[in-house]
Amino acid sequence: MTASIAISGVRKSYVARGREVLALDRVDLDIAPGEFVAFVGPSGCGKSTLMNMIAGILPIEEGSILHDGQRVNGINRAVGYMTQQDAVLPWRTVEQNVALPLRFHGVNGAARTKRVAEMLDAVGLTGFGRSFPAELSGGMRKRVALAQLLAYEPRTLLMDEPFGALDAQLKLLMQEQLLRIWQAKRQTVVFVTHDLAEAITVAQRVVVFTGRPGQIKQIETVTLPAERDVFKVRFLPEFEAAYTRLWDALAPEIRRGEAA
Amino acid sequence: MSGAADEAAAIGGPVRTARVEAAEAAAGQRKLWIIVLRVLVGVGFLALWHHASGNWIDTMLISSPEAVGLRLWRWLIDGTLWNHLSITLYATAWGFGIGCIVGFSLGLLFGRYTLIAEVFDPYITAIYSIPKIALAPLFIIWFGIGIESKVAVSAAIVFFVIFLNTYSGVREVNPIYVHVTRIMGGGEADVLRHVIVPSAASWVITGLKVSVPYALVGTVIGEFMSSNRGIGFLINQATGLFNTTSVYAGIIVLAFVGAVINAALKHIEAYVLRWRG
Ligand SMILES: Nc1ncnc2c1ncn2[C@@H]1O[C@H](COP(=O)(O)OP(=O)(O)O)[C@@H](O)[C@H]1O
Ligand SMILES: [Mg+2]
Repeated sequence: MTASIAISGVRKSYVARGREVLALDRVDLDIAPGEFVAFVGPSGCGKSTLMNMIAGILPIEEGSILHDGQRVNGINRAVGYMTQQDAVLPWRTVEQNVALPLRFHGVNGAARTKRVAEMLDAVGLTGFGRSFPAELSGGMRKRVALAQLLAYEPRTLLMDEPFGALDAQLKLLMQEQLLRIWQAKRQTVVFVTHDLAEAITVAQRVVVFTGRPGQIKQIETVTLPAERDVFKVRFLPEFEAAYTRLWDALAPEIRRGEAA
Repeated sequence: MSGAADEAAAIGGPVRTARVEAAEAAAGQRKLWIIVLRVLVGVGFLALWHHASGNWIDTMLISSPEAVGLRLWRWLIDGTLWNHLSITLYATAWGFGIGCIVGFSLGLLFGRYTLIAEVFDPYITAIYSIPKIALAPLFIIWFGIGIESKVAVSAAIVFFVIFLNTYSGVREVNPIYVHVTRIMGGGEADVLRHVIVPSAASWVITGLKVSVPYALVGTVIGEFMSSNRGIGFLINQATGLFNTTSVYAGIIVLAFVGAVINAALKHIEAYVLRWRG
């Protein structure tokens, strides 16, 4: 079976203010169709950079990325991307924002209205359809972005710290929601987070990156079943073992970043 | 989801409470007071003008409110007002419309294609520095003393304001919105419609607000220089005859027109930028 996302030999450096900063170096990774993979790593290690490259926002100058067998070269419309930065359009209402991708994919009239209502319900934003993003909290805007991402059912989801702005309880609820949808639809998911527990809770594989320049340091296969209870997995021994191993890999990278 | 519902309740949600009504009542009261005070200021000014006229300052120089009022009334009755105002408004509207369309389109083009913008930049700066009024005599030579030259003057003025504002607005668009819209399946037209234009709208509207009075100024200046109709002509003719009453009447008409247009634009702005929360 061909990989959903095949990353090979990717290297990326930024040139800014007369200096070259190497952000990513020699990244190789295959992600299987329907797999849920989490990326963790110290901040500034190039996780968002890699996501932007998979989405085709950043040109791939060295190495290559294939998505569903197609070489990524320019905007990749076959993925859904929830960026780290807020990207919900401030001049459109919540409803209009969620409806936007449906509109672009030719879903019209009653079907679109119904789908938007379903998605708002799924993220707990019923009643806020007519609000503008500026009237919502940061966490609520993230949920609008999630509803928008899930509404048009892209086969691959890229999510860059999607629940970072949410409080602990709401985060669990959103993780549960996301897992339920993934279990039903089995999209390929790439999920960036700075929260190790979150990574283990949602993912089948957790990829640990080194500090800048980001390289893959370790890949942990999570042995928990795909059908899992986000509220209870953290008390299982497998979870603890995975957490310890991942933390041992991650901690020196974070310390190295602190020292630099 | 109870967590979400709690958050919804915490930030207010769509609930009307007694406090909402009290806040609205207080705001209404304040608005009423402001209107009353505004009327008082207006009446006070007219009283002062009335008193000054003939007592402190020669009527020849400042006319008097009742004479000006009477003149306006007469113009209104005998059709003079509409005869001249219609031509001024007509020229202003055309100048404004042409300036807007051309300015907006070129602003979008330059904003989207940085290379064009960088190549043309020094020339645009140079042309922009010319006081557009200085072009009026040229336009009269080109287009004659008819309405076309007035349209040209106001279009030239409006064009620059709208062009530069649109350009800046487009340059300011956060690229993340463009990328995400394209990834979601939006084409170039969608990006323009859902991202570029709404994002640039606040700049464009600022441009519109600034340029409407300019359009009026452009037309009136064209009329001052050479014409046989229009409010500018009326004022110019009255000045030649030392008829200050008519001069003031003409100026008041222009002020009134400017105020009405500005009020309309304010409403449009409030609607278009309602998302700013
Ligand atoms: N546009 C850019 N220009 C210059 N440097 C950048 C740019 N974007 C990111 N970087 C640098 O590249 C590194 C990786 O950034 P990023 O991918 O955002 O990391 P992460 O998402 O893992 O926190 C950081 O050191 C950052 O400073
Ligand atoms: Mg990041």
